Amino acid sequence: MTRSSASLSRRSFLATSLGAAATVGLAACGGGSAGPPGQQQSAPGGGGASGYDGPKVTLAFWNGFTGGDGAYMKKLVQRFNSEHPNIAVTMNVMQWADYYAKLPTAVTSGNGPEIAIMHVDSVATNAARRVIQPVDDVANALGLSEADFAPIPWKAGIYNNQRYAIPLDVHPLGFFYNKSVMEKAGLDPEKPPTNNEEYMTALDTLKSKGIEGHWATPFPFTGSLTVQALLWQFGGDLFSPDATSATWAEESGVKAMTWFTDLVKNGHSPKKIAQDADFIALQNGKTAFNWNGIWSINTLKEKASLQWGVAPLPNIGGTAAAWAGSHQFVLPTLKTPDQNKSIAARVFLNWISQESLEWAKGGQVPARNEVRESAEFQALKEQATLATQIDALHFVPPVAGIADAMAEWDKAINQSVLGIKDPQAALSEAADRANKILAANQKKYG
Amino acid sequence: MAQTTLQPTGTGTGKTQSAPELRFGGVHGSRATPYLFLLPYLVLFVGFVLAPAFFGIWISLHDWDFLLPGKPFVGAANYTALFDPSSVQFLPFWHSMRATAIFTVASVPFLVAVPLVLAVLLNRKFPGRTFFRAVFFAPYVLGVAVIGLMWRYMLDPSFGVVNGMLKAIGLGGNVPWITDQPWAWISLVAVTVWWTIGFNAIIYLAGLSDIGAEQYEAASIDGASHWQQFRFITIPGLRPVLIFVITVTILASANMFGQAFLITKGGPGDSTRTAIIEITQRGLSQYRMGEAAAMSYVLAVFLGIVSLINFYLTREKA
Repeated sequence: MTRSSASLSRRSFLATSLGAAATVGLAACGGGSAGPPGQQQSAPGGGGASGYDGPKVTLAFWNGFTGGDGAYMKKLVQRFNSEHPNIAVTMNVMQWADYYAKLPTAVTSGNGPEIAIMHVDSVATNAARRVIQPVDDVANALGLSEADFAPIPWKAGIYNNQRYAIPLDVHPLGFFYNKSVMEKAGLDPEKPPTNNEEYMTALDTLKSKGIEGHWATPFPFTGSLTVQALLWQFGGDLFSPDATSATWAEESGVKAMTWFTDLVKNGHSPKKIAQDADFIALQNGKTAFNWNGIWSINTLKEKASLQWGVAPLPNIGGTAAAWAGSHQFVLPTLKTPDQNKSIAARVFLNWISQESLEWAKGGQVPARNEVRESAEFQALKEQATLATQIDALHFVPPVAGIADAMAEWDKAINQSVLGIKDPQAALSEAADRANKILAANQKKYG
Repeated sequence: MAQTTLQPTGTGTGKTQSAPELRFGGVHGSRATPYLFLLPYLVLFVGFVLAPAFFGIWISLHDWDFLLPGKPFVGAANYTALFDPSSVQFLPFWHSMRATAIFTVASVPFLVAVPLVLAVLLNRKFPGRTFFRAVFFAPYVLGVAVIGLMWRYMLDPSFGVVNGMLKAIGLGGNVPWITDQPWAWISLVAVTVWWTIGFNAIIYLAGLSDIGAEQYEAASIDGASHWQQFRFITIPGLRPVLIFVITVTILASANMFGQAFLITKGGPGDSTRTAIIEITQRGLSQYRMGEAAAMSYVLAVFLGIVSLINFYLTREKA
């Protein structure tokens, strides 16, 4: 019974998704400009690259930059508004969780924004659900191509052979360390460990001074991210290349998880800590090392008394690798296409992409090469340090509904670190559940 | 609540009410009058409760994502999957039902008994009574987000004030309040009792004020102890209120969401992931609204059965 209904739904799915693809194509063309879908609609006003000279339009811009980074984005928007008298961008900031829940309903009811930011792992899901429109035409009209961007975040914006997102930044995991604590334990704060041997020696030295050197958190931030980085360092991957099955329960995954849980077992971390305790401990001088996102730079800078440093992740597993996320610009589907707004949105997108140095000050690595390689960015010492990892970064694959499967990974981390299950069992069971979810998603999103 | 508190007085004043009722009935003769008064609420009830409830059944028979153009009809597949151990949703769903059951069984006795004791105490006459009534009711006016975040910080095993105080008085202070069992359940039950104690206490207080002082007077003249007065006057006098409180508290506990979502984040493992968390995540983050709707109906059936048992056990014995 389930089988027949499965094939039935798949067939009807194909039919409907073909129809939908056609409407999306139409929407893209209507939204892009009067021209045919894609490219040469250099359109009235040059499709954004050469500005917008139509009547005054107001654009809504939604994002979830509720932290310190929001101020930098606001500054950028204000500058854009003053330089473009006929475009008024109003920025609406909300919690990411609320934003992702709100955006689809807003788009279907015709109250969606013209521009939005999305995390790279949400792009595919929202593309499949037609919350956002393809932006191949934008990339072409604005003359953006892979050569302008770091290849990984650039490729991550592609879903089903169409581009849905233009990368703004990448935010990799980095290795943060408390210099005062290192000094207290007799370690050289200017020479943080770079490989497994040095790392373990440093942890043992800290332990001999009664310091638990690296707190292992069972929560996604940043336990899940840390073990993902380790998994890639040990040569594994989260999913098979076509993202149809979870491969994290293989040897490299078990090695990564065991390394992490051993921090607890070997006395380098207290047991059963709660969310963020690892990062608080770094700031309080209770621990020396913490693997955290680049967004932590500004949080740490706010504590003037804190002596801290940041380095690329130490190479524990043998291959340099780090987890990264990426903020991407997307253009939500417009219920009623408006040519002026579409062009103006593209102008904004191109402008802000070029100005992403300002954004880097908010604690991110610009995705755009010319900005990332500029002397101004290199002057941002901490960000530039983490940017050196750019070619070793790994992202969650751009597959619709991938977050549903990643939730199982998070559960495995939680169970392993809290000692509820041993790493192999936790990972295998999570992989089984994830495989079922991946199969269900394939059926759902086609 | 209005119903239950009115009941005891209703029987007392019933005889004298018939006359004015007739008089007013004569003035506003229309038979439609009572229904017109009920209409505004009926509209809301149909629009926001009844219609969605039936629409939900329709959703539960489909692979439903409100944004995807295809919403294939799947019949009862969303329901059968909940009873098929090899399905994606089987384990998460029944784990969440188990968590819901544990929380309900662990919390309801405290949520029913502690406010009762409190209400009896606050019903005595003593200076500052109103102040203390307000104090115990105060947490209830706070939203779940506020109390959730607050306790999340206070119960932090490494840096929370609770462990800090335990350490200060020499009681260890290494309790994993939110990251290990049974502590996580203890924390959630304690926080919920602290948060909602005032609500049930206020209902009890209303019920207590309906028990005539002359009954206690008569009992004390007959030599009844405080305990006997409580057992044979207070408890029977509160019967309708008690039944109401137990029913509503069971339903509220079975619908627990915010505390576990914010304080323990469903953990450790998935041990405090309640049915409502599971349903919400499946419906609103995975966009599997058909499956989520089916889960809701199974949960509703369970709650219906529990309520029936409850009514059966507390029925008026002939």
